[in-house]
Amino acid sequence: MTQDQVKVELKESDVQKIKTICAEFDNNGGELINVLHKTQNTFGYLPAEVQEVVAQGLNVSVAKVYGVVTFYSYFTMIPKGEHPISLCTGTACYVRGADKVLDELKKVLEIEVGETTADGKFSINCLRCVGACGLAPVVMVGDKTYGRVAPEMIKGILEEYQ
Amino acid sequence: MTKIKLTIDKKEVKVEQGSTLLEAAKKVGIDIPTLCYMHLDDINVNHKPGGCRVCSVEVEGRRNLAPACATEVADGMVIRTNSVRVLNARRTVLSLILSDHPKDCLSCAKSGNCDLQNMAIRFGIRETPYEGCEISRYKEDFSPSIIRDMDKCIVCRRCETMCNDFQTVGALSAINRGFNSVVAPAFQMDLEHSTCTYCGQCVAVCPTGALTEVDHTNKLIRDLANPNKTVIVQTAPAVRAALGECFDLKPGTLVTGKMTAALRELGFNYVFDTDFAADLTIMEEGTEILNRLSKHLAGDKSVKLPILTSCCPGWVNFFEQQFTDLLDVPSTAKSPQQMFGAIAKTYFADKINVKREDLVVVSIMPCLAKKYECQREEFKVDGNPDVDYSISTRELAALIKRANIDFMSLSDEEFDAPMGESTGAGVIFGTTGGVIEAAVRTAYELHTNKKLPKVDFHELRGMQGIRQATIDFDGFPVNIGIAHGLGHARELLEKIQKGESEFHAIEIMACPGGCIGGGGQPLHHADLSILAKRMEAIYKEDGNKVLRKSHENPSIIKLYEEFLGKPMSEKAHHLLHTNYINRSKKVIYIQ
Amino acid sequence: MAYKMHLLVCGGTGCQASESAALVENLKKELEEQQLDSFAQVVMTGCFGFCEKGPIVKIIPDNTFYTQVSPENAGVIVSEHVAKGRRVDYLLYKNPEDNTPIAESKNMNFYKKQIRIALRNCGIINPENIEEYIARDGYLALGKVFQELGAENTIQVLKDAGLRGRGGAGFPTAIKWELTRKNEADQKYVVCNADEGDPGAFMDRSILEGDPHAVIEAMAINGYCVGATKGLIYIRAEYPLAIQRLKIALNQARNYGLLGNDILGSGFDFDIELRYGAGAFVCGEETALIHSMEGFRGEPTLKPPYPAQSGYLNKPTNVNNVETLANVPVIINKGPEWFNQIGTEKSKGTKVFALAGKVNNVGLIEVPMGITLREVIFEIGGGIKNNKKFKAVQTGGPSGGCLTEKDLDISIDYENLIAAGSMMGSGGMIVMDEDDCMVDVAKYFLDFTVEESCGKCAPCRIGNKRLYELLDKITKGKGTKQDLEILQNLGGVIKDTSLCGLGQSSPNPVLSTMRNFEDEYHAHVHDHKCPSGVCKSLMTYEIIPDNCVGCTACVRVCPVGAITGNKKEVHLISAELCIKCGACMERCKFDAITVN
Repeated sequence: MTQDQVKVELKESDVQKIKTICAEFDNNGGELINVLHKTQNTFGYLPAEVQEVVAQGLNVSVAKVYGVVTFYSYFTMIPKGEHPISLCTGTACYVRGADKVLDELKKVLEIEVGETTADGKFSINCLRCVGACGLAPVVMVGDKTYGRVAPEMIKGILEEYQ
Repeated sequence: MTKIKLTIDKKEVKVEQGSTLLEAAKKVGIDIPTLCYMHLDDINVNHKPGGCRVCSVEVEGRRNLAPACATEVADGMVIRTNSVRVLNARRTVLSLILSDHPKDCLSCAKSGNCDLQNMAIRFGIRETPYEGCEISRYKEDFSPSIIRDMDKCIVCRRCETMCNDFQTVGALSAINRGFNSVVAPAFQMDLEHSTCTYCGQCVAVCPTGALTEVDHTNKLIRDLANPNKTVIVQTAPAVRAALGECFDLKPGTLVTGKMTAALRELGFNYVFDTDFAADLTIMEEGTEILNRLSKHLAGDKSVKLPILTSCCPGWVNFFEQQFTDLLDVPSTAKSPQQMFGAIAKTYFADKINVKREDLVVVSIMPCLAKKYECQREEFKVDGNPDVDYSISTRELAALIKRANIDFMSLSDEEFDAPMGESTGAGVIFGTTGGVIEAAVRTAYELHTNKKLPKVDFHELRGMQGIRQATIDFDGFPVNIGIAHGLGHARELLEKIQKGESEFHAIEIMACPGGCIGGGGQPLHHADLSILAKRMEAIYKEDGNKVLRKSHENPSIIKLYEEFLGKPMSEKAHHLLHTNYINRSKKVIYIQ
Repeated sequence: MAYKMHLLVCGGTGCQASESAALVENLKKELEEQQLDSFAQVVMTGCFGFCEKGPIVKIIPDNTFYTQVSPENAGVIVSEHVAKGRRVDYLLYKNPEDNTPIAESKNMNFYKKQIRIALRNCGIINPENIEEYIARDGYLALGKVFQELGAENTIQVLKDAGLRGRGGAGFPTAIKWELTRKNEADQKYVVCNADEGDPGAFMDRSILEGDPHAVIEAMAINGYCVGATKGLIYIRAEYPLAIQRLKIALNQARNYGLLGNDILGSGFDFDIELRYGAGAFVCGEETALIHSMEGFRGEPTLKPPYPAQSGYLNKPTNVNNVETLANVPVIINKGPEWFNQIGTEKSKGTKVFALAGKVNNVGLIEVPMGITLREVIFEIGGGIKNNKKFKAVQTGGPSGGCLTEKDLDISIDYENLIAAGSMMGSGGMIVMDEDDCMVDVAKYFLDFTVEESCGKCAPCRIGNKRLYELLDKITKGKGTKQDLEILQNLGGVIKDTSLCGLGQSSPNPVLSTMRNFEDEYHAHVHDHKCPSGVCKSLMTYEIIPDNCVGCTACVRVCPVGAITGNKKEVHLISAELCIKCGACMERCKFDAITVN
C-alpha cells in the first residue's frame, strides 16, 4: 500500500471528531502538531481527507499541514498493519546485526519500510534506539518486544500472529 | 542609529547596526553571490533562509563560514569574501546543487535568464564530480498558466514565501525532508487542483526553470501563418512600461510605439489596445458602483458594499476559492481582457465581416492568471473562447527576438482603430490604485454632472500595501480602499466578513504594485525598485494623453451608440458581465 | 504502613522489554500468597543502568542485586530471600573473572567507578510516587532557591559549579540562564529538550522514566531564575513510558503545590506543559525544536537571534537538556564546591553515557568527567564481548567520531574529545570490535544523517547524500582514489557551510574514520577488500577442498542453488550466483568454507 492508494471517505461523525480535537486546542494553528498527534491516535493514520479537515479546523493551508505531516517520521498517511512491527536501527542494534534482521523482514513480508502488507496484517517501521540496547537487536511487534533477534527467528515470530 | 565599523577584504566599512554582511559588502562594491536570498524592500518581503550557502564568507575568529545574507555586522569584524577557503566552499556547494539538477539547459525555458546557470558560469563549473549520483525526479505539472518542473527546484523556497507570506494563498509548502524535500502543493496534487490563483509570483521569483509560464508563442506563430485566420492582438497597459527592459532599456522606459510597430511587424492583422477595454470596464463598473451607492444612499439595506473591483484574474481566483461567502460583493464587470474579447468577437467581427471561428484574439499580458482566465468556460461561446490565448510580456520579448526584429530601431506607430483608442484612465489600470482612480474620474462626473476640478488623484497612488482615501463626491464622502498583494487583500476581506469595513469601494490587485509587478513581466531578479519606475512610466503615459477620462473616449461612446446601448444595458450585461462560482478546493488525488 | 523490606524492580524500557512488568506482578502475587505483603513491598523503579543483565531486582535493606530475573523466579525470591533471608545464589551476578557470585552492586566492576548525580534516584525510588522523591531531598533545592538564594545567586551557584549543557555542545548553563534573565519581556519560557534522537542514546529517557521530579524541580528553578512562568517539555512521542510518568509526576507536583500559583508561598507562579516531538532528529537543535513546538516543520533558523532573545512565540526562551536539568537540584543542595571537585578543569561533574555495542556490560552509566575511555570500556564495560579485539569507540552519535586504541587513555571531557576528533554529544558510546568495518560504520551514520537532514540548506541536504553515495560506492568496491579526495573536501565544506549543528557535524563519522582507519579505506578502494568481512559485495565465499568432506549440507542450505557437488566430492560455490548470505558457512561443520 502506498500513499496514493489510500482513499477514504470520512463519515460526518469522523469530521466532527476531528473538529472537536481542533477545538480542544482552541483552533490554534500553532497547535498543529499536537492536533495531528491526537488525530493520528484516533484514526491510526492521517490520510489526505483527514488533513484537509484539520487544515480547516485550524485555519491553516492544507499544503502546510501536508508539509508538516511529511516532515515528521512519526506521522503516517498509510494505515499501520494490524500488528505493526518496529525494528530498532539504533547504533547498538546496527552493530549487532539489525540490518540483516530488517532484510529478512522485508523479504518475508514483501514490503518496504513504511509500508503495510496487502492483507493489512503487518507493517514495518524503523525506530532509532528504543533504549533496550542490552537486548540488541530488538524487534517490537505491537507492544511485545523481542530481544537478541536473529534473521532465522523472524519466521517464527511472525507465525505467532498468523 | 549606531554605526558599526568592520573590515571586508581589507576595506574598512561603516554601516548601520543591524545591517547584514551582504549589505555592508555591497557598500564597498563587493558583490557577494546569492541564490536563495530575496529582499523585496518595497513590499516588505525579506527572505533569507540561509539555505543555499552560496554567500558564505569567512569571519575571523569564527569556527565555520557565515552566510553573508543573514549574518549581522558586529564591531571590529574582519571578513574575507574571497579567500581560498571561501571560494572552494562556494564552488563545492554549487557543484552539489548542480549535481541534483538536470543538465538540459539547452532546452530549458529559463536558459539565459537563469540565476543558477549564471552562477555556474561565474564559478566556472564545468562538471560535477558525483558520477551516477541520485537526482530528484518529479512528475511535471502542467496547469493552464504555470508549469512546475520540480526536477529543477533548488529549494530556495522563494516561491513558498511569496505564496504564503505575501499572497497568503497557501498553495505551496515545503514537503518531505532531507534530500527528498521540495516545494509542492498539498499531497503533491497538480497546481490546477490546489488553491493556486495563478498570480505567478512564484514564477516571478524562481531562480531556475522549476516554475515557468505556459508558453503559447509557437501556437501564435502557427496562427499568424494561417491565411484563413484573422489574428488580432490586445496589449495590456503594464506591458508597455516593462517590455523595454528585455531590450536593455532602463526600467520605466515607455515603448508603446515600438511595441505597436513590432506587433504589426510580427504579422498581426490588427493591433489593438486593452486600454480601450479598460475604458469600457470603467463605463460598466463605474455605473455599477454608482448604482449600488445610490441605492445605499436611498436606504436600501440589501445592497452589498463595499463594491470590489474585478479586473484582476488572480484576485478573482482567490475569492472564488477562499472567500466564497463574499461572491456577491465584487463588481460583476468582466476584466478588460475579457471585455475586449467579447466585443472583438461580436461587434468588431461583424464590422470586418469575419466569422467568429476565423478570428483569433490574442492578448499580451503582464500576467499569468490571464492565461487561465481566457480558458474559463463562461468566457466561451459554443466552445470558442472570446480571447483565444494570452502571452506574457516575457513571451512577447522572446518572440520579437526570435523574429529578428531590431526593436531599438523601430519607429513609433499608432494602434489601429477602433479598439485601439483609449484614454489616460485606461492606461493607469496597469498599476495599483489606477483602476479605482479611473473609476473615480468617471463616476464623479457622471454622479455630480460636474467637471472634475483636477484629474490626478495623488491620494490614491503609491506602493503601500493597503491604502485608503476619502474622495468628496460633491458633498458625499466616498471611502476608498486599495490593496495590492493578496495578503493585503485578505486583511480587507476579513474586515468585510466581520462587518467592520467602512469602505464604499475597494480596488484589489493580486501582484505587488499591480499589473506592473505581474507574474508575466520581465524578471526583476529580486530587485523590486524597478516597480516604482514602471509605475512612473504608467502615470507619464496617462499625463501625456489628451483624453484622461473613460467616458470621453470617442470609440467607447460610439460603441455604446452603435452596439451596446448604455452601460448595464441588457446587451452590455450579457457581453460584459459575469458571475462568480464557488471554487473552494477539495482534496483530489493524482490518478 | 512501614515495610521492612523493599523489592526494587527495574521498570526501565529495556527491562520492561524483558518482562519486568510480569515479574512485578508475580512478586506481588507471591508476597500475597505467602502472606508477606505487609512485610515487603514491590516497587517499580527507573533504570538501574545494567541493561545487559536485566531485568534487575534489588532488595533493600540488604542491597542484594539480582540480575536476569525472569517472572518465574518470583517464587524463589519471595520464599527464600523475603521469607527466610537467604540469598538466591543462582540469581546473583557472577564475577566474569572467576565466576564467583557478587551480591551487592557496589562490588561490581560495572558500578565501582560510577558516580551517580543525574541518575541519583534512578533505580532507587518509585518514580510514580512524589513522596519518595521528597524523602531523598526532593524539592529542597526549590525551597532553598526561593528562601535563601534568590535568582541571581542561584545562577551564580551554577556558574561556580561549572555546569555545562549535557545535550552536546557543552555551553555553560549559567550563561544561557543569565542571558534569558536579562532579556525583558512580558512572557518568557523555559523548555526542557527531551527530544533525544541519537541512535543509541537513551539517557534522557531513563532519567525521565526513573526520576521525573528531578526535571520538574529543576525546571521550576530554571523558570524562577530567568523569570519564566511557563515551562514546556518537548518529548519524543516514541517514549510512552516517560510521558506517562511525567504526566503522573506533573499532577502530583500540582497537588503538592509545587507547580501552579504561588509555589511554596514564594509568589512565583509556574506550570509545565508537554509537547510531543514527532520523529525528527533535527528537532534536538533548539531553534528547530522551537519551530516544531510552534506547529511548523522542525527546520532550524540562523542564530542570532538566540532563543534567549527571541524563541518560542518570539519570546525569550531558555532551552535545557534533561540531563543538565537533572544536575541542577543536587548542585544547589550540595553547593558548587562539591560539584566542582568532580571532573576536569573545564568539564565539571559527571556525564551519563549509554554504553553499547560489543562490550560485555551494555548499559547506562554515569561517570565522573576525566575518567578514561579505557576505564569505561574495559572496567565498567567489562571489556569486549567474546574476547574479540577492541577496534574503535564511537562517541557523540551521528555528530561524533570514532576513536581508537591510541585514544583510550585520554580523559573524557568536552575539549579532549573534540581534540581527538570526536565529541561528547548527548552520550551515546558505541564500542566496536575487529568484526566491524569502519567504512560501513561511517556509512551507517551517514544513512542516518541523510534520513534526518531537514533539507533546508544545500550542503546538508545534497552533500550528505553524496557522502553516503560515495561511501556506498566504496563499500561495493567501486571507489577510486579520487573519491577519497572528494570525500575529504566535501566533508570539510559541509562542516564549514551547513546551517545548523546537524550538518556542521554530520561528516565527522566519515572524516574521523578516514583519519584513523585510512588503511581500511585503502583496502576497499585499492584492493577491493573489506578487512572485517562486513561489506558483502567485496566478499567471496570459497570452499577449502582439504576440509570439505562432501556432506552436501551446504548444498541443501544454499537458498539460491549456488553450490554444486555430489556426495563425498568436494563442493564448489559459484561466485556469480552466490548472494553472500553466509548460510553455508554457518551450516558447515568442518570449517570448509571460508570468506575472503
